[in-house]
Amino acid sequence: MYEHDVIVVGAGGAGLRAAVAADEAGADVALVSKLHPVRSHTGAAEGGINAALQEGDDWELHAYDTMKGSDYLGDAPAVETLAQDAPEDTIKLEHWGMPFSREEDGRVSQRPFGGLSYPRTTYAGAETGHHLLHVMYEQVVKRGIQVYDEWYVMDLAVSDEDDPNERDCHGIVAYDVQTGNIEGFKANDGVVLATGGPGQAFDHTTNAVSCTGDGHAMAYRAGAPLEDMEFIQFHPTSLPSTGVLISEGVRGEGGILYNNDGERFMFEHGYANNSGELASRDVVARAELTEVQEGRGVEDEYVHLDMRHLGEERILDRLENILHLAEDFEGVDGLIEPMPVKPGQHYAMGGIEVDENGQTCIDGLYAAGECACVSVHGGNRLGGNALPELIVFGKRAGYHAAGKDLGEPEIRTGYGDDVEDETDTELPVQPGAAGLGTTDDVAADGGERTDGSRSSSEARSDGGVVADADGVLEQTVEDARGHVDSLMDKDTGVQHAEIRQKLQNAMTDYVNVFRTEEGVKKALTLIRECREEYQDVYVDDPSTTFNTDLQQTIETRNLIDVAETIALGALVRNEFRGAHWRQENQTRDDENWLKHTLISWEDGEPNIFYRPVILEGEEKTYEPKVRSY
Amino acid sequence: MSTQQPEQPESQEAPKDPEMRGAESAVDEKEKEDGEIDQTTADKSELEGETVLIKVFRYDPEVEGKQEPRFDDFHVPFEKGMTVLDAVMYARDHYDSSLTFRHSCRQAVCGSDAFFVNGKQRLGCKTQMADLEHPVRIEPLPHQEVVKDLVVDMDHFYDQMHTVEPYFQNEETPDSSDLEEQRQTRENREKVKMSTRCIWCGACASSCNIAAGDNEYLGPAAINKAYRFAMDNREPEDVKEHRLRIIEQEHGVWRCQTQFSCTEVCPKDIPLTEHIQELKREAVKKNLKFW
Repeated sequence: MYEHDVIVVGAGGAGLRAAVAADEAGADVALVSKLHPVRSHTGAAEGGINAALQEGDDWELHAYDTMKGSDYLGDAPAVETLAQDAPEDTIKLEHWGMPFSREEDGRVSQRPFGGLSYPRTTYAGAETGHHLLHVMYEQVVKRGIQVYDEWYVMDLAVSDEDDPNERDCHGIVAYDVQTGNIEGFKANDGVVLATGGPGQAFDHTTNAVSCTGDGHAMAYRAGAPLEDMEFIQFHPTSLPSTGVLISEGVRGEGGILYNNDGERFMFEHGYANNSGELASRDVVARAELTEVQEGRGVEDEYVHLDMRHLGEERILDRLENILHLAEDFEGVDGLIEPMPVKPGQHYAMGGIEVDENGQTCIDGLYAAGECACVSVHGGNRLGGNALPELIVFGKRAGYHAAGKDLGEPEIRTGYGDDVEDETDTELPVQPGAAGLGTTDDVAADGGERTDGSRSSSEARSDGGVVADADGVLEQTVEDARGHVDSLMDKDTGVQHAEIRQKLQNAMTDYVNVFRTEEGVKKALTLIRECREEYQDVYVDDPSTTFNTDLQQTIETRNLIDVAETIALGALVRNEFRGAHWRQENQTRDDENWLKHTLISWEDGEPNIFYRPVILEGEEKTYEPKVRSY
Repeated sequence: MSTQQPEQPESQEAPKDPEMRGAESAVDEKEKEDGEIDQTTADKSELEGETVLIKVFRYDPEVEGKQEPRFDDFHVPFEKGMTVLDAVMYARDHYDSSLTFRHSCRQAVCGSDAFFVNGKQRLGCKTQMADLEHPVRIEPLPHQEVVKDLVVDMDHFYDQMHTVEPYFQNEETPDSSDLEEQRQTRENREKVKMSTRCIWCGACASSCNIAAGDNEYLGPAAINKAYRFAMDNREPEDVKEHRLRIIEQEHGVWRCQTQFSCTEVCPKDIPLTEHIQELKREAVKKNLKFW
């Protein structure tokens, strides 16, 4: 068994920042990641970091833009915290050596991004995330922080109280990918999940193959609710063949979108008469697909993004990486021809419900970065707001986990008396655990406990109640070993790749940019089928050395759980807000829906409830207005 | 860690059996030159709708039948735009789920899928199948211990990167009362720009003859990392001198014999050899100053 004060799971931007903060606060901290830190998906972020740095801009404007962009589903205390902390945290990155793009006077450059009232996106070429990731890893190396790289975290060691709000997280269980060795990691002060997005739930995504929602699924099954999962951002400019991201920076610098008729459709077809290409991402993504659906798409699939008029010098200075991506992955030279683009799954606005300090309703369990929902992005994330989220809330989670006092949070978490219960949504199938009943089935389905908690007295082999940290951890390790054994021992059945593909197709077909009630129900039915098929999943590779077959099999189970929460959220929210477009309801319904969707795992099935959005900020209340660009 | 260094078959010993996912290894029927320039045997339109043959290196230290390194054949349906990574993923997902390799972002920035493809270090995700001579031979990076199949042990590479103290050493950090960034000229950023693009894929170190023969040689990636900091004017002069002393050690820059193989394989087009030469010049200048 390993032991540290703070254990951070995931070593992308948020995880690394959390580890540095916990270290600064005096804790003994360890990072545990299924990848080596520099392989993390933060490295693929291109655009930049929003921070009110210049005279003429201020954090209040940043907060206002973010609330508007969120379609008034962001919680004001979270949004204001982001806007207030971002300048200092961004400048700190510069002092740690981040190679930001520069102005003539040597100061950091900032550029316009969609939905921003001021050009406040600080950037390093079109590879900002790569530099952020490496700078943060450098700081981890400098501080000598322990990194367990290529260790796959399977589960959280959480105690067994009936009420998730009374549970404690004592550590994690992980296995060494290189040897297959399963170990417990005890966290004396806290566990911070920073495991990134769940983009692999979709077929066409800008996300890395490693973005499988592991943190989401582990927290969910431990009892922490997932919040606003229906809000999936589809980025308007991904390459059609691969999903590779073409930065919003292209439009920020003046790139233009054209349809097959050569029309600048954002204006000519009235999608965004003021902001055009720089309208918010949800608006542009819908506009593109509408063009394609109405027969004005190129090859009936995509539209063109043209940056030729910006000139070679400016492109090379600010967007060079885009030229390489278009050439390598689409065979297009962006200097002499327009680039093909279409919407692709990009970001999950929702995630593990946390407060401004990164804490979940489970004591000692934190989340930060894309896997968390504070919520700052609400219904739609503005470009350039993901990276400040990583550093601001990664830092805060790290500090708080290490015992630093950050003040009482205003955002509440978990099931409580301030929530509203779901009543009457008709579901096409029974969601949740499959095959409960026999031990074998339960193990194949993820070592699941019928009551959702890790060590219930009912499910334990010795019938006792686990009370202390070591006991909870030991029990979780034992469960994890049994889980792996059950997957490895089976000789025949279904392989994860088949189930994963079916799941990805279902989500892409039915829970995409445009959604209908019927389609989402179809998706839930298909997800149910995936879950049933997963009962027969097996691992063909018998090796304990670098068994990616085993790892992907466990990841696929996580994707099933996360996809189900996305589809459930999309079904119950029968309004149109931000990235969540519902054909039957083409208006934003503020009267009924200024509230967050929360889904928690209870007794082996999802329970849906709601908590009102907080529109009251430090000094003012953000009044919902019609969102026009 | 249970790694060992199996004898990798010579490139000429690629298997010949073109049968579907042949689990047997064999010897190639014909010798091929390790092409520095790949000759495309078929253009993209000719490959459309065809299957392509990949020959993939296999080894697992604990699985009977895989302890002896071998090549397996996989016939993969070709699609326009298909990369080497797409091909091995297809083979894994459809034919053999034990086929093991690292990969994540599939957009040339995570650096985890550097393989030895047709005799050259390349990123699987940014190498188009249509641009390669067929059949395509895919092996783990040479000069690194093989953990399993295409996965190599990267620990030595990471250790070398850490040796050069790869972190900014200007100790000033701002607080909320002082939100001023350090000034850096555009010219200085431009000077370090290429060096900051390194994704730690290890292709350069794997291609370097000197690194192959001298395990203590810092290698091109680590020296480039030192360059990234030494040339950044935001760090004070005394830190730069400290950095030059690190790279000037016995197994540092002077081992480089300017063969340019690192520069040639770098998937991010970093002029590694040039950076090494420039650090040699800086080190000489520093030493002259002390006389």
